[in-house]
Amino acid sequence: MPIFYEKKQLVAPGDLLAEGDYVPGESTYKENEKIYASRLGLVDYDGRRVYIVALKAFYIPAPGDTVIGKVVETTPGGWVIDIKAPQFARLRASDVVERSFKPETTDLPSIFDVGDLIIAKVVAYDRTRDPQLTIREPGLGKIMRGQLFEVTPTKIPRVIGRQGSMVGMIKRETGCQLTIGQNGWILISGRSPTEEQLAVLALRKIEAESHTSGLTDQVNEMIKKERKAVESK
Amino acid sequence: MKASKKKTKQETEKKSAKKAEKLIDKKGVRLDGRKLDELRPVKLEVGVIPNADGSAYLEQGKNKILVGVYGPKEAHPRHIARQDRAVIQCRYHMAPFSVDERKSPAPSRRDVELSKVIREALEPAIFLEYYPKTAIQVYIEILQADGGTRCAGITAAALALADAGIPMRDLVVACAAGKADGKLMLDLMDTEDKVGEADVPVAFMPNLNAITLLQMDGNLSVDEFENAISMAIDGCKQIYALQKEALKLKYVAAEEAKEE
Amino acid sequence: MNSPIVVRIKKKRIVELLANGKRVDEREPTEYRKIELDSGVIERAEGSARVRLGKTDVMVGVKIATGTPFSDVPNKGVLTVNAELVPLASPYFEPGPPGENAVELARVVDRGIRESKAIDLEKLCVEPGKLVFVVFVDVYILNHDGNLIDASTMAALAALVNTKMFKYEVEDGKIVKKPGYTPLPIVNYPISVTFAKIGDKLVLDTGLDEEEVMDARLTMTMDKDGKICAIQKGGGSGYFTKEEISEAAKIALKKTEELRKIVVKG
Repeated sequence: MPIFYEKKQLVAPGDLLAEGDYVPGESTYKENEKIYASRLGLVDYDGRRVYIVALKAFYIPAPGDTVIGKVVETTPGGWVIDIKAPQFARLRASDVVERSFKPETTDLPSIFDVGDLIIAKVVAYDRTRDPQLTIREPGLGKIMRGQLFEVTPTKIPRVIGRQGSMVGMIKRETGCQLTIGQNGWILISGRSPTEEQLAVLALRKIEAESHTSGLTDQVNEMIKKERKAVESK
Repeated sequence: MKASKKKTKQETEKKSAKKAEKLIDKKGVRLDGRKLDELRPVKLEVGVIPNADGSAYLEQGKNKILVGVYGPKEAHPRHIARQDRAVIQCRYHMAPFSVDERKSPAPSRRDVELSKVIREALEPAIFLEYYPKTAIQVYIEILQADGGTRCAGITAAALALADAGIPMRDLVVACAAGKADGKLMLDLMDTEDKVGEADVPVAFMPNLNAITLLQMDGNLSVDEFENAISMAIDGCKQIYALQKEALKLKYVAAEEAKEE
Repeated sequence: MNSPIVVRIKKKRIVELLANGKRVDEREPTEYRKIELDSGVIERAEGSARVRLGKTDVMVGVKIATGTPFSDVPNKGVLTVNAELVPLASPYFEPGPPGENAVELARVVDRGIRESKAIDLEKLCVEPGKLVFVVFVDVYILNHDGNLIDASTMAALAALVNTKMFKYEVEDGKIVKKPGYTPLPIVNYPISVTFAKIGDKLVLDTGLDEEEVMDARLTMTMDKDGKICAIQKGGGSGYFTKEEISEAAKIALKKTEELRKIVVKG
């Protein structure tokens, strides 16, 4: 049962990864007992599963994901939200307003208008329908202040860290609130622009060096250094 | 002296055409020093347009081509969306300064045809069925042209698609072979194409061994045609190695940036 | 052209920062982003240049052809400037004929070159009323990250400075090429600076973020002697006061001189 690459080797679309009784994982596909790469990335094997950690991939909504979205359109039935996925998502008016709302008398734009940012959860998504969002849980809703930072969605796990170690450290060291959208948007909300800037620098470093080990400590060091530099001014 | 002054523009043109007709010298060397089965030097770079989801830049001889990819995104206008798969919107376009005589930026019929065949060359490689109701936009800009731009455009477009993280069955690579001065040759440049007997552009998915673009313009016997295809595929395989290198180089560059 | 939908809190932030004299990328209000200029990037064109202003990327190609002059100026060559906002440069550019933004961009670049008489058009006349040279300046936006006007003006000037024409003689009313090249006759060097009004502050060289929230913009093109050769107010439904315009002119005088040095060395 041959496999053709070693763990963590860089592969390109079309590269033959394995032949035989293997299961195609992320960014791979199977054809005639052969498993090929479908994206550029690092190949890995997990038992019989062959998968690739893609270098770049766009966000595909999954139910349960927390996302940050931008309202791009208001319709009689609700709102159209850009969540940086291949399709726009929908937030139904009935999710936000009283059950018996009347579209003619309820002014939806006064609740969320074009240009607003919201934190929402994906409730449903399959390829045949647009992703559906909800803001019914605590902590969800319109974003009133803060800064938006964008990373490629594959790097979000790194920003969170093992059991939240990275994001927790950034929150502690900068005093900022960080809301992480699985779709690659991160909201930074701090007590002062200076502290928000520290968080921005931390996120930039993670984005640039996501593959390095010991990154959490390095980012920690960097924040401390930057803070000293600013305070001494 | 007087005789040369009397030379009209017509005569000067005829003379250069005659000169150009001698495309291969006695030693089998072409006007730019290449052998019959030799590719022009190729340079590839990935990720060159910051705004694009994926992008690539290619130089092949004097060809300079830039490709930007956006998507998958909401299909727009809505009526072009397909319920079962993504649609590819492909545009082949030449900059006015890309050719000897300034070209109008408005799409010519040739631009329209090439946009279509290039789209059809790329479609088999992309997992369109994963993203119904969306569009993937492929914009090919020829900044400087010297023959074989549709092939070079396809090669760069495949890289841009991979750079965008769009899942593909295989990369697509393209190269042309043709006949000029009575001989089969690889990767014709503009002079050779204009004066030659035939041009056969081929696009190829190397791991799946599948031809996705095939055209012929000129006059060839069936044997010659089949040989031209083989020659073109050989050229494709050489360029494919460079495509992979370019993709991997991008990763390496990212790694090196981290070590700083 | 699809307009980007501006995120409300982003606009608030940019305005707030500016109230304290700060910009999102930590630049000074009159500070330009890093500028890179490459000339002669398209060898087959008579002239070319590429300017990168931060992440904004503009390429200009110059082609020279022959043609008939305009009847009202029979002894001058013809200048024509075109701009393409090609779709690969931005998710908000769509394929198709030039829209109002592309046309405005081309005309502002044209105005700067024409009104400063940068090209000695009389030298491009072969036979008055019958045959002149036509200079095509094609502006190609490769990546849009704000301030296309200044990047385009600079790239157009650099491309013209880079342009070489074939030497020729006239025989029987026809042009006969001779060996060798001669530079396009350039006698002036127009440079533009574009101010954006955000809130009540003026900033130079807007990034895309700032451009999305600006109320209005004011472009001033000046020639090598500090004379104004083009002005264009645009970019929004805001306004400028007379004082702001005077202030802008003072800044423009200094800034255009600085930027000109990048294109014209020595």
